[in-house]
Amino acid sequence: MTREQTRKIEGVVALSLSTISAFLGLFWLVFILGDVLVHGIQALNLTLFINDPAPAGVDGGGLRHAFVGQLMITLCASLIGVPIGVLGGTFLAEYARGKKIARMISILSDIVVSVPSIVIGTFVYAILVKPVGHFSGWAGAVALAIIMIPVVLRTTEDMLSLVPWELREAAFALGAPYYKVIIQVVYRGAATGILTGILLSIARVAGETAPLLFTSFNNSFFSLDMNHPMSSLTATIFQYAMGPYKTWHAQAWAAAFVITVFILILTIIGRLIIKWRYR
Amino acid sequence: MAVTVKRNPGDIIFSSITAVAACTVIVFIIGILFVLIRESSLAIENFGVIQFLTSTDWDPVKESFGALTSIYGTVVTTVLSLVMAIPVALGIAVFLTEVSPNFLKGPIGIAIELLAAIPSIIYGMWGLFTLSPIMGNTIEPFLKRATADIPLVSVLFQGTPMGIDILTASIILSIMIIPFTASIARDAFNLTPDVVKESAYALGATKWEVVKNIVIPYSKLGVFGGMLFSLGRALGETMAVAFVLGNNHRIFTSLFDSATTITVTLANEFTEADKDVYLSSLFYLALVLFVMSFVFLAIAKFFLLRAERRHAR
Repeated sequence: MTREQTRKIEGVVALSLSTISAFLGLFWLVFILGDVLVHGIQALNLTLFINDPAPAGVDGGGLRHAFVGQLMITLCASLIGVPIGVLGGTFLAEYARGKKIARMISILSDIVVSVPSIVIGTFVYAILVKPVGHFSGWAGAVALAIIMIPVVLRTTEDMLSLVPWELREAAFALGAPYYKVIIQVVYRGAATGILTGILLSIARVAGETAPLLFTSFNNSFFSLDMNHPMSSLTATIFQYAMGPYKTWHAQAWAAAFVITVFILILTIIGRLIIKWRYR
Repeated sequence: MAVTVKRNPGDIIFSSITAVAACTVIVFIIGILFVLIRESSLAIENFGVIQFLTSTDWDPVKESFGALTSIYGTVVTTVLSLVMAIPVALGIAVFLTEVSPNFLKGPIGIAIELLAAIPSIIYGMWGLFTLSPIMGNTIEPFLKRATADIPLVSVLFQGTPMGIDILTASIILSIMIIPFTASIARDAFNLTPDVVKESAYALGATKWEVVKNIVIPYSKLGVFGGMLFSLGRALGETMAVAFVLGNNHRIFTSLFDSATTITVTLANEFTEADKDVYLSSLFYLALVLFVMSFVFLAIAKFFLLRAERRHAR
């Protein structure tokens, strides 16, 4: 074999391997999603959303308590996390633009985004659960908000930086103070991007389980009281999947289906907006 | 570019509010560190640092705690999952940047990102109900038979294959970190200037030689940063492994053994800890995990920044 042939064959082999690995990635995605889809749809029915759980081991019942709890915890987490994240990102991209502190906070946020979420759970347990003496929905919301803030903060910073500086100068020239420029000009220019960041951050926390285990804990009854332990879909999936009953497993699959579809739709919408708006 | 004029009172108020919001990130880091140290002080007093990190005891009845079994499990699952994930992730990155026809780049890129968006509890549940039976019934008995005659290697595949073990957990973990590593590696590969690649093509290099000799050496800082980032993530992954690891405190030698990691110990025992020293030891474990992952993530970020800066120059 000539040297040319060896080189060509080596290239074909290596690039085929890379193609195979791409399809391996696709294979896992299809495998996992297909599995959740098949099991989830089988177990999905209307009573799941409108009934509270039946006693352990008894057939029937639903997951209304977990759906409502999940919505409330995620909503409260967003109400805490989104404003702080957006305002923080504003500081980095506007008032502290180009300063050392902005760069440092930006780098630290990138690190905090990936800090184990279970550690944040233990942290919130120590500051909000232990002193009070019981688990609460609020503690869960705060734990999720802490995970959310750096995500929103970083995307807001990036999106605000994309707004051309000339736009601000035009507004300055009309005599507007900086805060009015930010609120009325810059935010408007970056609104789509910031909204996308918020959507993606909600998708990120909606599937979190570990930080909820020690904060909102779980509750087998329907409850709207954020001051008490609150059920969430993810914690319920953990409990039901590890439990011994077939009906529990089926309901866990149904809950997994709902939460996966919700998160994937949010993620796809977010990606599509970014593609459509920024390319 | 920065504006320093702040005469307007509205600006003073608004800039202070935003500054406070931005500083919450710093407050979290310092707060987490401070609170975890405070909560684990009882365990630190009782077991010290070196003794806690090197003791294999985990006995809630005798109130004697050591972190080594948990750390060992964490390290082994993380390393195994990285070994399995990195080649695939690099392959995907090469495919997306060099091989794929343009019309496939978008869809496959999105598919890989969706893999990253699936919550870890879904991975865990899928692992428990679907992957673990396949592993226990088919793959693991096969591995056991195939390696039975090879000395040293067969030690890794001893015991009854149950599917609830280190191997299954590492595979799930590797599927989870593939998308992270792949997307960072892809971004790093994309930083390679076209001019450099074109010069290599002009010298007659094949596509693979361009990847091997130009793209990978050029982007090695970024790729290395990406690997460390995935390592930091794998260390702290909880729900994906909690279902299939068995929470068994011991030093294992076979991949078919049940085990525990720091995260799995926390998830299983935190709400059940009934004694102060028990809870304090769990906080101590959380502190060890926080410091470990923070250090790795910081080093990873350092490499990624270096890579970016080199590109900017």
